[in-house]
Amino acid sequence: MSDWFPKNISTFGGDIDSVFNLIFWIVGIGFLLGEVFIFYALFRFRRREGKKAEYVNGDLWPHVGWLIIPAAIILVLDLWIDFAGAKAYDRIKGDMPISDVVVKVDGKQFNWIITYPGPDGAFGTEDDLILENELHVPVNKVVKVLLGSKDVIHSFFVPVLRLKQDMLPGREIEAWFEATETGRYEIACAELCGYGHYTMRGFLSVHSEAEYANWLVERWPAPETEADGQQK
Amino acid sequence: MSEHGNGHAEPTSFLRKYVFSIDHKVIGKQYLFLSLFMALFGGLMAYYMRWQLAWPETAIPGAGWIPEPMAFGGIIPPEFYNALITLHGTIMVFFVGMPLLLGALGNYLVPLMIGADDMAFPRLNMMSFWTITTASLVLMASFFVEGGAASAGWTGYAPLSADPIHTGVGWGLNLWIMALALEFTSFLMGGINFLTTVVTMRVPGMTMFRLPLMVWMQITAAVLFMLSVGPLIAGAILLLLDRTVGTGFFIPERGGDPLLWQHLFWFFGHPEVYVVLLPGLGAIMEILPVFTRRPIFGYKTIVYSTIVAGALSFLVWAHHMFVSGIDPQIVMPFSITTILISVPFAVIIFAFMASLWGGSIRFTTPMLFAIGTIVTFIIGGVTGIFNGSAPVDIFIHDTYFVVAHFHFTLFPDVFLGGFAALYFWFPKMFGKMMNETLGKVHFWWTTITFNMVFIPMFLIGAGGHMRRIYNPLQYDFLKPMQDINIFITWSAVALLVGQLVFIFNFFWSMYRGKKAEDNPWEATTLEWAAAPTPPPHGNFETVPTVYHGPYEYSCPGQETDWQPQHVEKGSVAA
Repeated sequence: MSDWFPKNISTFGGDIDSVFNLIFWIVGIGFLLGEVFIFYALFRFRRREGKKAEYVNGDLWPHVGWLIIPAAIILVLDLWIDFAGAKAYDRIKGDMPISDVVVKVDGKQFNWIITYPGPDGAFGTEDDLILENELHVPVNKVVKVLLGSKDVIHSFFVPVLRLKQDMLPGREIEAWFEATETGRYEIACAELCGYGHYTMRGFLSVHSEAEYANWLVERWPAPETEADGQQK
Repeated sequence: MSEHGNGHAEPTSFLRKYVFSIDHKVIGKQYLFLSLFMALFGGLMAYYMRWQLAWPETAIPGAGWIPEPMAFGGIIPPEFYNALITLHGTIMVFFVGMPLLLGALGNYLVPLMIGADDMAFPRLNMMSFWTITTASLVLMASFFVEGGAASAGWTGYAPLSADPIHTGVGWGLNLWIMALALEFTSFLMGGINFLTTVVTMRVPGMTMFRLPLMVWMQITAAVLFMLSVGPLIAGAILLLLDRTVGTGFFIPERGGDPLLWQHLFWFFGHPEVYVVLLPGLGAIMEILPVFTRRPIFGYKTIVYSTIVAGALSFLVWAHHMFVSGIDPQIVMPFSITTILISVPFAVIIFAFMASLWGGSIRFTTPMLFAIGTIVTFIIGGVTGIFNGSAPVDIFIHDTYFVVAHFHFTLFPDVFLGGFAALYFWFPKMFGKMMNETLGKVHFWWTTITFNMVFIPMFLIGAGGHMRRIYNPLQYDFLKPMQDINIFITWSAVALLVGQLVFIFNFFWSMYRGKKAEDNPWEATTLEWAAAPTPPPHGNFETVPTVYHGPYEYSCPGQETDWQPQHVEKGSVAA
């Protein structure tokens, strides 16, 4: 079923997809066995003349075993899924890797306000660059996004990155990703945020290293960068 | 008229007998009609939503009557679409699922099944019904106030819901909160009534472990509801205060916290799922033994599993909040409890499966719907594991995968289970048999089209299709899935149109159906075996005494293959 997934271009996307596949196979096989059992029982024990049903109420211990043993198998499978999930989750949400790029993304009915700190690396200074709905990042670099909101709850969803994180007003939530392929991808809002919710669409542009360096130079031409440096 | 319990005189005036009745059977039917009436609205809303998703911003056939500014010549704007998703969810869960499975089935069946002449508090019972009726009126009225109906989703996440400036919805959302608070109050009163009735009014011999499982499901649901709804009633009042008098419980600029609302909502919300689920499963537990002609497998195991699942349901609520911004360290514990809750439910499903084994299965309409419920509910159950896994949820949260999942739990439970129950108990309620041929047509049509609607939703959900999106064509990555959206919409139309078969059968049978005998299904529980059809005021002509458990079918050494609860083994069956 993961064939239906959007392309994955994130370093941790594969972990999510593989947990999905693990669950798919476990529950898929369990589901098939269960349904086959039901249909077989329905067929085999359909009403027939002169054949009486069996009187088994299932409250005796040997009978309870017919419920407990399969349930124990389910428990073991559950724990398998839990452990696989915990491992993947720790990789994504555990200690954050050291980031190469930091960007602030704020939701505001119904736009993405994207703030770059500029060469000084600090937000709230003059060299900040504010863009609407356009997020530019380099490929194969860890990008840290600081997620916030100016009004209601939004959710930063980049399907190709397998990244989704709600953005709360009054809080800053950190998330990270590392894109592995260049290109231009869509960002969607995944939390109902008002009448324009469906129009809240942004773009993630993943650039090659050279292209990204170019993009930086275009935004912050060298002389100004120096001037900034002298002011400090 | 019965002499036991707190018997009240049979009323004679029309108003007292059919409108302001205190007879649990009349009140049960009132809940039934209310829930079916509200289901028509919920279904109609689903149709408008589906049309918009398939052919965005085109005139919807059959929506021309909707006045401006809700719709413009049958074209619905995003504000109204958001109101539709909000009210569809609210109506289906609180005004269809609960009144049908708890209100109608609980009221009608609990006293009959335990041998009582009525509920413990008949007047409170009447008040419960009129409270939810008032709630329904308040909810429907919210469409017609300035600013339109609530549009913040059925979960009403703050601060979108907490300040009118974010949605432009004023009194519509206030009325939505009030309707919910009234609904909660109604079912609190109902739950107290059910519990008291079961604890105090069982006939001699009806021990707790001789109760029909439906009764166990009803009282477990009542307890879950009582223990969980308090925080949300408080939350609803805080939300109303935020909106009307300018407090800031859920608004960060005023010092509040939006996540507080989510905690209060889901602390209630997850137990609430089981409040709706259990009575639906209870109906299946009654129907299976009757049509397999054998005892249900593992009565006590089912009861204990239900209690375990109910207790666990208080420890899983944050699985709705994995990506909400809660501390990642608390996520995995909730992920583990969530996935573990599959164990008690798996036990119940295994008990159903084992109950088929060795039976002599009669494929009547209620049995077909019961089997349909089990077969499809398993899909809802296993897909919950995907959502419950925290890393997978990062991707599928708020997509159609989740929508498909909960429709695969609640639709089989409320509708397939509800239909099973209605086809099964209709003869007792109305004294007539429903038409079997139409019933079977209805069954096949409903289950097939239901799967055609919701299985594709898993696929587009896996494709990343967000829920609550007014126009999917806004996104390039969703455009290739549009054909599936159109397929889903046609299937939904077919599903909805197919319900006309049920509506026709229901009313036709009520007047023209074959007269039902007292115990047409040859069942063992008191409502069938000991009470006349339809039961008179006071239910039983003499107080029955119970001698054994509820599902004594095909007992060795007995002449008939069913042994009514109030007839001692060895004596001649009634």
